[in-house]
Amino acid sequence: MSNARSIAITGARIVDPASGYDGPGSIIVAEGVIAEVAHTGAIASLSADIELIDAAGAMLIPGLIDLRVKTGEPGSEPKETLKSASRAAAAGGVTSIVLQPDTDPAIDDPAMVDFILRRARDIEGVHVYPAGACTRRCEGERMAEIGLMREAGAVYFTDADRSIGNSKVLRRVMSYARAFDALIAHRPADPYLTAGACATEGELTGRLGLPASPAIAERIMLERDLALAELTGARLLVDQITTADALESLARAKARGVKVTASASINHLRFNEVDIGDYRTFYRLDPPLRAEADRQALIDAVASGLIEVVVSAHAPAPAEDKRLPFSESTPGAVGLETLLPALLAFHHEDRIPLMDLIRAVTLAPADLLGLAAGRIAKGAPADLVLCDLGAPVRVNADTLQSKSKNSPFDGRMLQGRVLRTLVDGRTAFSV
Amino acid sequence: MDSAATDIEDLIAERAFRFPSRHFLSVASLHRPDAEALLSLADAFVGLNRRNEKKIATLRGRTLVNLFFEASTRTQSSFELAGKRLGADTVNMSPRTSSMTKGETLIDTAMTLNAMKPDILIVRHSASGAADLLAQKVSCSVVNAGDGGHEHPTQALLDALTLRRSLGDIAGLTVAICGDVLHSRVARSNVGLLQLLGASVRLVGPPTLMPVGAADWGAEVFHDMKAGLKGVDVVMMLRLQLERMDGAFVPSTREYFRYWGLDAERLAYAKPGAKVMHPGPMNRGVEIDSGVADDPTISLIQDQVEMGVAARMAVLASLAARLDNA
Repeated sequence: MSNARSIAITGARIVDPASGYDGPGSIIVAEGVIAEVAHTGAIASLSADIELIDAAGAMLIPGLIDLRVKTGEPGSEPKETLKSASRAAAAGGVTSIVLQPDTDPAIDDPAMVDFILRRARDIEGVHVYPAGACTRRCEGERMAEIGLMREAGAVYFTDADRSIGNSKVLRRVMSYARAFDALIAHRPADPYLTAGACATEGELTGRLGLPASPAIAERIMLERDLALAELTGARLLVDQITTADALESLARAKARGVKVTASASINHLRFNEVDIGDYRTFYRLDPPLRAEADRQALIDAVASGLIEVVVSAHAPAPAEDKRLPFSESTPGAVGLETLLPALLAFHHEDRIPLMDLIRAVTLAPADLLGLAAGRIAKGAPADLVLCDLGAPVRVNADTLQSKSKNSPFDGRMLQGRVLRTLVDGRTAFSV
Repeated sequence: MDSAATDIEDLIAERAFRFPSRHFLSVASLHRPDAEALLSLADAFVGLNRRNEKKIATLRGRTLVNLFFEASTRTQSSFELAGKRLGADTVNMSPRTSSMTKGETLIDTAMTLNAMKPDILIVRHSASGAADLLAQKVSCSVVNAGDGGHEHPTQALLDALTLRRSLGDIAGLTVAICGDVLHSRVARSNVGLLQLLGASVRLVGPPTLMPVGAADWGAEVFHDMKAGLKGVDVVMMLRLQLERMDGAFVPSTREYFRYWGLDAERLAYAKPGAKVMHPGPMNRGVEIDSGVADDPTISLIQDQVEMGVAARMAVLASLAARLDNA
């Protein structure tokens, strides 16, 4: 960090949810942190050896913090490595990623947490934070070493895509986690109702003859999770809420004072079940895409703040896992590089204020994890993104940095181009 | 050759039809005139199939591959005979028992076959959309012979041919499709084609075996068999997969038969003279009583098998006509 030259970024439009400031600004970065923030287009009396970046009106925001990222490391490196994921993140303006623990082997003990952190240090890419498993091998049976993993650096605990069906196990996980004030993330999906399903039950999937599960499977499990959070006093992160019904449950629980936060994936905010079309496996996701009414409710919930965090749900799957009949293909989509421009669409559509959109991918996840990043403030880490808000981008999956090219945005037009990404004041990406 | 024999071949030539698309994956690819033309052509092939000399040269030199990932005696032999009677070379593949078990994917198998330059690939697979996927990857024509719970379009065509020959015009008929609609590709294709041809369709079965959203298919949904059969012209029974018992879809075969099985007493609710169909193979005593299934005055089940060959000949011949012009 200390080897980096000081940098001055001038003539930017700063959008910073922490201060609520949206206007002209300039900053100075030194020793990897933000040394000065000025709400003016220029900074007087800069020292001679400073690297000067003229933003020329581009938007300067805190680097994105993505709470839900999968790579294939360890276990399935051909899908994605920490290095390729890190490159993809930087190209997308994401400066911190939280890795899901369902790797092979799973991140279910402190040694694995340490392994991931060491690998990440060697790569010198974006910040990498592992999430630890709630239960050994994410199998939903025996509790994992939550305390030791937290001490080693795990930022929250989850069994990733798998719901813990056994209420006694989840109750104990939540209860135990309180001793460490650990955050528990849980996927609300009734495991019996969703077993074997690859889509949401409805008129379209009925005609396509796809094994499908009812959308209500989400609310059923969420109601239980919320009740257990209330019972134990644990902090709960609802991992990717997707249905209007579940949002009502969430709102009720928040009103009752349950310590709950919900995330939504960008995929469920941008696509609906109809995108499956003629069995397009790039739209096979977990949780599956929902009805348009659910998508609209989800957008409203982001706008109102009921959903606080938006994630990419980055899940690389190579062609051989996707070029299969729909029900046999692997669910998931890559998303690190498209998260920001896809999210900005709600600004361009005048649907959600820019500040609120930026907050959902910066300050909100930072506060949830207790990170100093996610804000443009003196002393904060210099994790920053310069973005041309209006620039058109045609997504071309072949040119993505991810090793896997399974992007549902392939071929689509988005607006908002990342010009430069700084991680601890170091340029991790620039056009 | 007598004049009747050449008349049939003239009729076939006269009714020659060019299939509207390169593949036949779903009945949704047909417009009403296409379906009518296919049925007329198929009708002519019925005559051919009843001669001693059943073979003509329409597909001479063409190669037809039966690629059946899921076992099927009836459909596979029906396509094989259809191909052979049109003069094509036909090859049967059952990848279930060969390379698929060695980890080769559906696409790999298809690409391997494609490299052998077949003209028409007939595919059956247990996954919905498998035929669509293959069609995107190969250069020949693909015929869907059943993909998971999605479609079985040639079955719908042969059912329509059977009905047309037995009852005349399909328009105005009321057809009740009964049983396990949820898992049935036959039901989905028949709903589409029968409605296209102007019939009104009812779906009858227990709620657990009715797809969510079926009411939006333009068909009327009944859970009570007697109400569902009331006044219908045709009762089309579906096969109940016996493994459905394990999935808690229905409690037992005897309870299923009690409420959704077809016997003479139940059939009496339909219009007098109503016909009974079944795509086969039948579970006697589970969804259909032998007394009904075997009564030639009401059952069209044997006719369906015969019409299967003719309907598939019409599909193959019209797809080949398209290849010629390509």
